[in-house]
Amino acid sequence: MSEERELTFAEAIREALAEEMRRDSRVFIIGEDVAEAGTPFKVLSGLVEEFGKDRVIDTPISEPGFSGIGVGAAMTGMRPVVDLMFGDFLTLAMDQIVNQAAKVSYMSGGKLHAPMVFRTTLGATRRSAAQHSQSLHAWVSHIPGLQVVLPSTPYDAKGLLKTAIRDDNPVVFFEDKMMYKMKGVVPADDYTIPFGVADIKRAGSDITIVATSSMVQVALGAAKMLDEIGIGAEVIDPRTTFPLDKAALIESAKKTARAIVVDEGYERYGVTAEIASVIADGAFYYLDAPVKRMGALDVPIPFSPALEDLTVPTEQSVFEMARRLCGKT
Amino acid sequence: MAGTKSDLQVDLEQSLHMYQQMAKIRAFEEKVNELYQSAKMPGLAHLYSGEEAVAVGVCEALRRDDYITSTHRGHGHCLAKGAAVDRMFAELLGKEAGYCRGKGGSMHIADPDSGNLGANAIVGGSAGIATGAAFSAKMRGTPQVVACFFGDGALGQGLLYEVMNMAALWKLPIIYVCENNLYGEYTSVGETLAGEIGARAKAFNIPAETIDGQDVQLVYMTMQRLVARARRGQGPAFLECQTYRYYGHHVGDINRAYYRSKEEEREWTTTRDPLQVLSARLIAQKLTDASVFARIEADVKAEVDAGVQFALDAPYPDAREVEQDVYA
Repeated sequence: MSEERELTFAEAIREALAEEMRRDSRVFIIGEDVAEAGTPFKVLSGLVEEFGKDRVIDTPISEPGFSGIGVGAAMTGMRPVVDLMFGDFLTLAMDQIVNQAAKVSYMSGGKLHAPMVFRTTLGATRRSAAQHSQSLHAWVSHIPGLQVVLPSTPYDAKGLLKTAIRDDNPVVFFEDKMMYKMKGVVPADDYTIPFGVADIKRAGSDITIVATSSMVQVALGAAKMLDEIGIGAEVIDPRTTFPLDKAALIESAKKTARAIVVDEGYERYGVTAEIASVIADGAFYYLDAPVKRMGALDVPIPFSPALEDLTVPTEQSVFEMARRLCGKT
Repeated sequence: MAGTKSDLQVDLEQSLHMYQQMAKIRAFEEKVNELYQSAKMPGLAHLYSGEEAVAVGVCEALRRDDYITSTHRGHGHCLAKGAAVDRMFAELLGKEAGYCRGKGGSMHIADPDSGNLGANAIVGGSAGIATGAAFSAKMRGTPQVVACFFGDGALGQGLLYEVMNMAALWKLPIIYVCENNLYGEYTSVGETLAGEIGARAKAFNIPAETIDGQDVQLVYMTMQRLVARARRGQGPAFLECQTYRYYGHHVGDINRAYYRSKEEEREWTTTRDPLQVLSARLIAQKLTDASVFARIEADVKAEVDAGVQFALDAPYPDAREVEQDVYA
């Protein structure tokens, strides 16, 4: 049965790209080591063999340059998928993403558009240190004109990437590097997942754990531990930070009366702050406790495993926060 | 200024058309300055007066569906590529009839109908877009060529060199047009630029030429050659046009003595004015007489006067517009 077929997260991404490139000749991939190398993570392996070097384009190491070329190509009829190898490199391409791609529709009064996807990565604990480990999705979530996608399963990755490629606006698509080998059911058929629709990854009635990307598995692990002490946790994944499914997050918090927001970006001024505020505002009269936030520790990501592991929320730390919030010690 | 042998290849009709385009830009910019001084225009504008021969010579060598990207000093590029005076003024005044529904303003005028992918308020910021448009033209298999305008100030931006490298590697149909007007904002190019300008392009094996940007016939002839070459698939070129901005960095930059002298300004405006250079040459060649230029001046003045009146009378965008067009 094709519905039961399992793919890794990386395979799901690759399948989405291949299907969209077959469907639409305007779609192409551009970035560093995307062709024969298939990226350091091998996510794109095999694509250059099928689509050729004219559509899977290796560039010099020039993030602003090839991002800008992507913007110009998008504005003139193409559908580029720009590969920014590490999320940390977003900083290099920021002018092209924030001042150019994100603003061209508005600045031109709706006459020009940049239908393109910036695929990039997030996530620590790969022992890659401070410049290859950050989760900078809050930076782009801040910018009107962008949409920001954070898939947490192979199924979501395929469906959301196809939506991103078909969308007429720039999308920044974050993949958790640690998740590439994770397996999950991915239908072989053509399906898309709309932006702005949260997904309840696990239902529960005692506490809501809002989790994104890499933190969804952490939240699910914590939920299992909570189950054993009689706390039913609901894990809800917004899947896109913009558009944000505020209604679903508020609804879940109203039901459980308690909420924790877990995200691998820095805690200060981060995605957890935005979502906690949305819940506090929308579910105020239903809450039995303040909304808690758990993000990455506010330090540059350290190299030493002994230190790095302290910077990211874990199943244990989420479990303990949830237990405290539910008044169980 | 004496004629060169290349004038013979530009016929009179085309020369007069280029004169008219330059005169229109000059009259437009003078009116913009008036609007600023009479407090009728919100914000600031960066005037193109003095540099008209560059935009007009370059755009004259392009087809309507060829692309340009422009700069913060972009009114001349937009008009030369085919934008209408009335909708330009409307944009500058923040009116709904403007090219960007009033949301872009002076520094962001875009008009895809005439191949204008937009002015850009980040110095050098459109180099990526321009190169991407050339990349796209090649990928789509169209004969389109791109002219990427930027000033000497953009030579300080790394993006330019990144995309020139890729344009050369991939033989993209793009002409990088450097308008060297000698000043980046309030600082002389001599203080900000090491080495030779053309050498930067040559390092990528991109052919580079430096020409008098006040001679519209020369700009046109040179550009025509570079465009034909790009259209044949022979790759990018780099054109440095030496020019001068008559006004300051923007309309409010009045006291300029600390960075450039009155004598220098007088020298450029009196002996190297692009309109005078062309009209004097055509008269000296006995191809036409002064009355023709007087008639053109009167025509463009009427067009500019009508355009500005249209814009002054036009309504502002409705408040509902503020949240529209953020997304497609």
